[in-house]
Amino acid sequence: MNKPSRIYCKACNRKILLLVILLISFSNAYNKDNPEDVLDPETQKCLDCHAGMRYTLTDPVTGDMASLKMYDELRIDPHLYVRAAHGGFACTDCHSLDYEIHPHPISVKFEFQYSCLDCHGGDEHFARFNFEKVEEEFNVSIHGNHYIENFSCWSCHNPHTYRLTVREGGRIVDIVAYNNSICLECHGDISHYAVLIERQLTNMLSKHEWLPNQSLHFRKVRCIDCHAAVHYDILVAHHVLPASEAVRNCVECHSTNSILMASLYKHKTVERRSRFGFFNSEITTDAYIIGANRNYYFNLASIVILGLVLLGIAIHATLRYIHYRQRK
Amino acid sequence: MNKKKLYLYPLWLRIWHHVNAVLMIVLIFTGVSMQYSDPNYPLIRFDIAVDLHSTSGIFLTISYFIFLLGVLFSSIGRYYLVKTEGFFTAFARQLRYYLFGIFRGEKSPFKVTQERKFNPIQLISYNVIMHAITPFTFITGWALIFPETIVLNVYGYSGIMLTSLVHSIAGFLISIFLVIHLYVITIGPSPTANLKSMIHGYHEAIETEKTEEIEK
Ligand code: HEC
Ligand code: HEC
Ligand code: HEC
Ligand code: HEC
Ligand code: HEC
Ligand code: HEC
Ligand code: HEC
Ligand code: HEM
Repeated sequence: MNKPSRIYCKACNRKILLLVILLISFSNAYNKDNPEDVLDPETQKCLDCHAGMRYTLTDPVTGDMASLKMYDELRIDPHLYVRAAHGGFACTDCHSLDYEIHPHPISVKFEFQYSCLDCHGGDEHFARFNFEKVEEEFNVSIHGNHYIENFSCWSCHNPHTYRLTVREGGRIVDIVAYNNSICLECHGDISHYAVLIERQLTNMLSKHEWLPNQSLHFRKVRCIDCHAAVHYDILVAHHVLPASEAVRNCVECHSTNSILMASLYKHKTVERRSRFGFFNSEITTDAYIIGANRNYYFNLASIVILGLVLLGIAIHATLRYIHYRQRK
Repeated sequence: MNKKKLYLYPLWLRIWHHVNAVLMIVLIFTGVSMQYSDPNYPLIRFDIAVDLHSTSGIFLTISYFIFLLGVLFSSIGRYYLVKTEGFFTAFARQLRYYLFGIFRGEKSPFKVTQERKFNPIQLISYNVIMHAITPFTFITGWALIFPETIVLNVYGYSGIMLTSLVHSIAGFLISIFLVIHLYVITIGPSPTANLKSMIHGYHEAIETEKTEEIEK
């Protein structure tokens, strides 16, 4: 009984994988134009092992050397690291100094892990991010409102690659690709999901089958635009709701009052109607959302033209009728 | 009474026409509903409108190519040929008739015959609608079903936006055509004569006794 569905799911998972690869390669491509990766020597020392596929370990007693595999999970891309929000940090700013010892001693396994608020809480310099509000929102979200072992801000904010995109205001497709790749890191990858929870990972593509032009939607809107409640004081919504409360009503986006103006397009200065009469015209550079981007002048012109045609017909019909009566 | 009856609308053409008309009307209503979507006053629920619109668009494309085959390879094709020589004067004569002559009881300047079904105005408007605007609409429509085929950004505007704009304008022109078409078909021996022709296939000529009396 179970077999066909498992085969089906294998195929789907491959599809998801493809989607993830696509999204990640998308967000990587965004970085490719900066050639120089300048790392300070201390960081470089750690990355001698943590950046490559293999590393060499020397036995201090015998002097034997071995080339060993560096596991995927422990690898850090220097290119992404230097461009990350914390790319200016030395590894040991966050990690225990004991890591300078190789192989790492057991003490590191009990290292204290900083939370975002440990450094950013109450800091005026970061007030515009409103970390306190973000934390409140996270704490009531589906990921934060109950205890999930190992789930923290770091789960989405990869300490070594996380960077700002929304606030930097790049192309919408790049922002969307980057943000969605964060969610798909777990929701599209069973190995990351299973570490956190013992549950079947549901298939993203089939769960969103009701959405037409799915791939277009996934490239043009973020998961959180449907899945998180917006809060006026923060730029990026963190209150991820249970799936049953996600936006499903098309018109919430596809209308002049599009919710996207308060979420995805929030960072752009917005007017309901501007620039050549397009409603929500800020969107028109990146997308055209049926119903949300109707054009005031085109609509006016079409109503006027239709009105004139109907008037013409009414006059013509009346004259014809008069002529017909006269003839009788 | 010398009512002449010409068999001008073969069965396949009538079936095509009515299928086409129904599809067009569905497309217009769902299209308008999406364009003016409003959470509080949904004309047609958005996702239903999208599905109906796409499905009808696909069928319309098929129906269009059936029509095109008919025009290219069947006897109705000749009615769609435009003779360039003297066309403008002919067009002007027909326009004059529609705007003035018709109220003076003049006879229509172009008699419908087995060789010539359309007057110059019908000829040009059917050709433009069927061979320019309708293809424009469904080609842009298909592009919107497969948006990855669209150039993403044109001079700072979303390519999808420009495609949608062309699509909406073409759709609007078809709506205007429909309104005028529906009115013009009431011009005939009786207001419903043309409509009946389109059901049984026979054209009823305007040469009733009355018009001939006026001629004299
Ligand atoms: C000689 C190669 C080498 C160097 C240099 C090295 N590491 Fe490691 N690191 C490893 C290996 C191998 C592992 C996996 C085995 C383990 O956990 O000890 C690892 C694991 C880790 C882990 C994960 C521990 C866990 O259990 O989750 C962290 C964090 C880490 N290293 C940080 C650092 C930092 C920071 C530096 C630089 C100060 C550094 N490493 C330098 C080889 C190296
Ligand atoms: C901003 C603080 C910060 C900096 C800087 C930092 N890390 Fe980390 N690192 C962390 C946190 C927090 C975790 C645990 C992540 C988690 O729990 O998901 C971590 C986890 C790791 C891991 C284990 C990966 C895993 O998935 O468990 C390795 C290996 C690692 N860091 C190496 C490094 C190296 C090498 C550097 C320097 C190039 C570095 N880190 C710089 C905060 C940092
Ligand atoms: C160890 C302390 C520390 C921790 C933990 C930490 N940060 Fe930072 N963060 C900093 C410092 C210091 C800067 C400023 C770096 C700079 O300007 O180069 C910074 C910069 C940032 C920036 C970029 C600000 C800008 O203007 O570019 C963001 C966003 C950010 N952190 C978010 C986070 C988040 C989210 C977390 C938790 C997942 C976190 N930080 C955890 C210390 C920390
Ligand atoms: C479910 C995933 C997720 C979790 C959990 C999460 N974040 Fe975020 N966060 C994001 C995403 C996605 C962004 C947008 C990043 C971008 O593109 O700029 C973001 C952005 C931010 C920003 C920058 C917003 C801005 O104004 O530019 C801050 C600050 C932040 N998060 C803090 C936190 C803190 C603090 C926590 C834990 C209390 C946390 N986040 C937990 C996904 C998450
Ligand atoms: C680190 C892994 C991880 C990341 C990253 C992550 N999630 Fe989750 N998500 C989970 C886990 C685990 C659960 C199950 C929580 C539970 O029910 O206990 C979950 C649950 C959910 C649910 C609720 C599903 C339901 O059945 O109601 C939604 C919705 C969701 N996540 C959306 C997102 C979005 C949107 C993002 C990106 C902003 C995201 N997640 C990022 C691990 C993750
Ligand atoms: C257009 C809005 C929309 C977008 C965009 C969207 N979702 Fe959903 N998602 C929903 C709705 C609505 C449901 C509930 C579907 C159902 O219950 O059948 C759902 C269901 C889910 C679930 C729960 C699946 C389950 O186990 O039942 C998860 C997890 C999820 N989405 C994650 C994501 C992620 C990750 C993304 C981004 C890649 C995303 N969603 C993008 C609307 C959206
Ligand atoms: C979270 C906001 C959001 C929701 C909810 C949403 N859409 Fe969209 N929709 C978009 C965006 C953004 C685009 C992309 C427009 C573009 O790229 O030009 C889009 C595009 C489309 C397109 C056009 C595809 C094309 O080829 O241009 C259709 C059709 C569509 N959506 C239908 C729906 C339907 C039906 C629903 C409800 C089941 C729905 N959408 C729900 C935001 C949304
Ligand atoms: C937008 C949708 C429509 C299009 C594109 C369209 C197109 C056409 C075309 C191309 C012809 C000529 C067919 C031929 O003889 O070769 C025609 C004729 C006709 N149509 Fe339509 N039509 C539409 C809708 C309608 C509707 C809704 C009706 C009636 C309710 C209608 C009634 C007629 C009639 C009566 C004729 C015959 C009159 C004549 O030959 O001019 N049409 N139409």
